[in-house]
Amino acid sequence: MAQGHKFESNSAAVNWLEARLPIISLLYGALGPGYAAPRNLNYWWNFGSLAGLILVIQLITGIILAMHYVPHVDLAFDSVERIMRDVNYGWLMRYMHANGASFFFIAVYIHIFRGIYYGSYKAPREMLWMLGLVIYLLMMATAFMGYVLPWGQMSFWGATVITNLFSAIPVVGDYIVTLLWGGFSVDNPTLNRFFSLHYLLPFLITGVVILHIWALHLPGSNNPLGIEAKDNKDRIPFHPFYTIKDVFGIGVFLIVFALFLFYAPNSMGEPDNYIPANSMVTPDHIVPEWYYLPFYAILKSFTINILWIPAKLWGVVAMFASILILFALPWLDSSKVRSMQFRPLSKFFFVLLLVDVFVLGYTGSQKPEGILPLISALGTAWYFAHFIVITPLLSKFESTLPLPESISAAVLKKSA
Amino acid sequence: MKMFKNTVVGLIVVAGLAFGVAASEGGAHLEKQKWSFNGPFGTFDKASAQRGFQVYREVCASCHALKYFKFRNLEDIGYEKEMIGAFAAEYEVPGDIDEAGDATVRAGLPQDAIPSPFANENAARASNGGALPPDLSLITKARAHGPDYVYNLLTGFGDAPDDIELRDGLHYNPFFKGSQIAMAEPISDDLVEYQDGTPATKEQIAKDITMFLTWAGEPKLEARHVLGLRVLLYLLAFTILAYFSMKKIWAPVKRGEDVWGDK
Repeated sequence: MAQGHKFESNSAAVNWLEARLPIISLLYGALGPGYAAPRNLNYWWNFGSLAGLILVIQLITGIILAMHYVPHVDLAFDSVERIMRDVNYGWLMRYMHANGASFFFIAVYIHIFRGIYYGSYKAPREMLWMLGLVIYLLMMATAFMGYVLPWGQMSFWGATVITNLFSAIPVVGDYIVTLLWGGFSVDNPTLNRFFSLHYLLPFLITGVVILHIWALHLPGSNNPLGIEAKDNKDRIPFHPFYTIKDVFGIGVFLIVFALFLFYAPNSMGEPDNYIPANSMVTPDHIVPEWYYLPFYAILKSFTINILWIPAKLWGVVAMFASILILFALPWLDSSKVRSMQFRPLSKFFFVLLLVDVFVLGYTGSQKPEGILPLISALGTAWYFAHFIVITPLLSKFESTLPLPESISAAVLKKSA
Repeated sequence: MKMFKNTVVGLIVVAGLAFGVAASEGGAHLEKQKWSFNGPFGTFDKASAQRGFQVYREVCASCHALKYFKFRNLEDIGYEKEMIGAFAAEYEVPGDIDEAGDATVRAGLPQDAIPSPFANENAARASNGGALPPDLSLITKARAHGPDYVYNLLTGFGDAPDDIELRDGLHYNPFFKGSQIAMAEPISDDLVEYQDGTPATKEQIAKDITMFLTWAGEPKLEARHVLGLRVLLYLLAFTILAYFSMKKIWAPVKRGEDVWGDK
């Protein structure tokens, strides 16, 4: 465990509290000078605190929106427009919440890819990695249900398409779908339960975030070199060094956020969602929010039945497997070298994976016409091959570059 | 690391282009107009929005509802309270139940929404050859590039090319999905007589109604732009201060000094 400053206080009141509930020393050790972090963390390490900040923004704006929103199929759309027009700063709350969802995913995607690049999932941080993936899964569910609440056309048809996926599950599929809907189609009971769960899940996320930070503080942060910090020459106290760096990162991130929020608040949404839900009119092209697009492409990439299993079930299984496989990443990659800075081949394949995900994101956003279904299928194949074949092979056969002796040696040599 | 950064930047550019392409697909190419509300300092042209309101009342309102629009909102585009009251009073709206238990009607008040031209969807369809005239409250947000779409649609009627066979009761408009629209060409030169004397060309009318509808769809746009500027100026100052604070605090670390003090 990293050795930070020990908490001490001269205040009798603080010491009285500490003897009964050591919460100040807990925070001191988690986010203050008591946490010793590697001295060489780069800006990619800012995205964890950024994701945490947006979680707080989403909670606050969401709770305020819930004060004005009406979860009923006849009133939901109107109540959102009332928020936009008549509630004081309601437009600000709603646009913050809607764009906040996108920025939450931006921060978390960068955070995940940073973890992959620098091998942050490797021992002894497997629990940290898996808890992060649990947070990500909860986010996906929360965002999906949140998108249904305005009860626009995309809300309704997105809900219909996604809930129908579960009908692909053999035997119990139809029962599960009926349970999700609370009836025999997406209707008022569906909206009500989605609202209830959309309110609940963020608090579960908050709970898992606390576990995530707990699991971080036992082994301490990974770092760009991927080697363990040996002593306090390799480390600096979290406060004031990383607190001020996080504050600076928050400033930059909020500037970008504000640009979207105030000047292009609808650019990441679908115009169709400003049309009230209508079960009699199907939109031309049902697309999910951008952050699901690669998975949507994987879902759609199976177009023929293989081994008597229907294409739809293959698609659903592949879509869930594409996320679940990340849970196995710490064991698929057995290389002792964490950071891809010292793994040139892995770095190359990492870039290919990134390209692959963007390609899938693009094909997911388009109608499956022409060459696109083929590209989706190849992209899906590559995605799974990356984790199941390439990663284990690389960890066996890749010749890695020599690791530096210590963080301080590497960093100080560079600056000297 | 450089290759990594270049790839990320490249991917973001590609994603942006793909997004732009995706957003502009479908229908004829929209001729982009210069709108006063575009851009970070954009505001509504109030005179144009007022003319647009006149067009809406005299032309569009006979078929299209505007359910989220309230008369009191007109203050935002520069109408006096008395005028708003007068506009509202021209309409009859359902009143309270009287002492005998019967429904009543009363004159409209500023807090009322403009009454819908039809009692319900069936009535609307029955009067329009089976087609439903959409509510226009959000029309500029519910279509890709909404304001340009509305302008081009209104000015884009014409004779159908030979390879398109118009179905009964439909009209050719290349900007509409499927190129066939139930609405007949709604505007023409001098269809209205503007109170402020502006020549009422077809293009002018289309511009004015688009201005009005964009405002009706996003009435808080100006407040959003003003607040955005203030927030950004604040964040910029905050971030610059944070940057130099960070540089100062990190200086001993960068020099390789022991920052643990007591250790």
